[in-house]
Amino acid sequence: MESKKLKALKCAFPKTVPIFAGFWFLGISYGIMMRTQGFSFLYPTLMAITIFGGSLEFVAASMLLGAFAPLQTLLVSFMIQARHLFYGIAMLEKYKGTGWKKPYLIYAMCDESFSINCSTEIPPGVDKGWFMFFVSLLNQIYWVSGAMIGGLLGSLVKFDTEGLSFVMTAMFVVIFLDSFLKEKQHISSFIGIGASVICLLIFGSESFMIPTMVCITVLLTLSRRQIEKREGDET
Amino acid sequence: MTLTQQIITVALCAIATMATRFIPFLLFTPDKPTPKYIQYLGRALPSAIFGMLVIYCLKDVSLFSGSRGAPEAIAIAVVVLLHLWRRNMLLSIAGGTVCYMVLVQTIF
Repeated sequence: MESKKLKALKCAFPKTVPIFAGFWFLGISYGIMMRTQGFSFLYPTLMAITIFGGSLEFVAASMLLGAFAPLQTLLVSFMIQARHLFYGIAMLEKYKGTGWKKPYLIYAMCDESFSINCSTEIPPGVDKGWFMFFVSLLNQIYWVSGAMIGGLLGSLVKFDTEGLSFVMTAMFVVIFLDSFLKEKQHISSFIGIGASVICLLIFGSESFMIPTMVCITVLLTLSRRQIEKREGDET
Repeated sequence: MTLTQQIITVALCAIATMATRFIPFLLFTPDKPTPKYIQYLGRALPSAIFGMLVIYCLKDVSLFSGSRGAPEAIAIAVVVLLHLWRRNMLLSIAGGTVCYMVLVQTIF
């Protein structure tokens, strides 16, 4: 039993190294930002644990500084996080049969954990459930510890890390490229890029994600027959 | 805001996030067969999502002011070329990131 977990951990850890770099950088920046706004380190730490979604946590900081608006908070949060609905649909099959780990896997499904768990071809002999569990857990540890450290240090640290956040972009480019090179048809990839770019140009960076998701769903639905034919699916 | 209001605000953010993560799993439970259409979306979505996430990371890049997205474009080209060459995820990511940091800290 012990070796099964260790094997999965050994397989999961290298996949999370870029996320460690990115999450520490972003998490520490987030903690510092909260501290300079006057919050104790407990705020970024607890928010990192409970919300565990980078972009919303930054927005939540400004919500905390504004007037109390529960309904607006709920709606804005749901809209910022709506892309996770897609992740769930994509992971319905993969998370099947993971037992007690499943609720944790769903709770900890941030962009990065989803991308790794969804795109990695887990080698034979490595337990799928434990692999995905460790990917999610390690990523969460990186993020929470980063937010806590940033909150404790405040603005004491000054480091020339401008541009380090690009590590996340680079990771998503690699994941996209890997999936692009592997797939039998590129319709879905092109839809993803095309719909996002067009919606970004039309709606702007603040509010393009929901229209993008609608466009992707509509376009994938319209091209279902073509995609399934080229994939050679029996359905 | 009072402490209670702050706790409620953070809780609502967490609840909304968890709702977006849990809803698909609550709607399509393993004990009932998932509709064919949803199964299809589950298979077709990942590559579209990966594309969407790349654009999501680049959403604040302005093409019409500042460096006009040049450091991003160069660094992404480096990532792609490194990856096509060696197919080593860590190398491609590290190479692209170092390239980007050098570009924004020195040239742009």
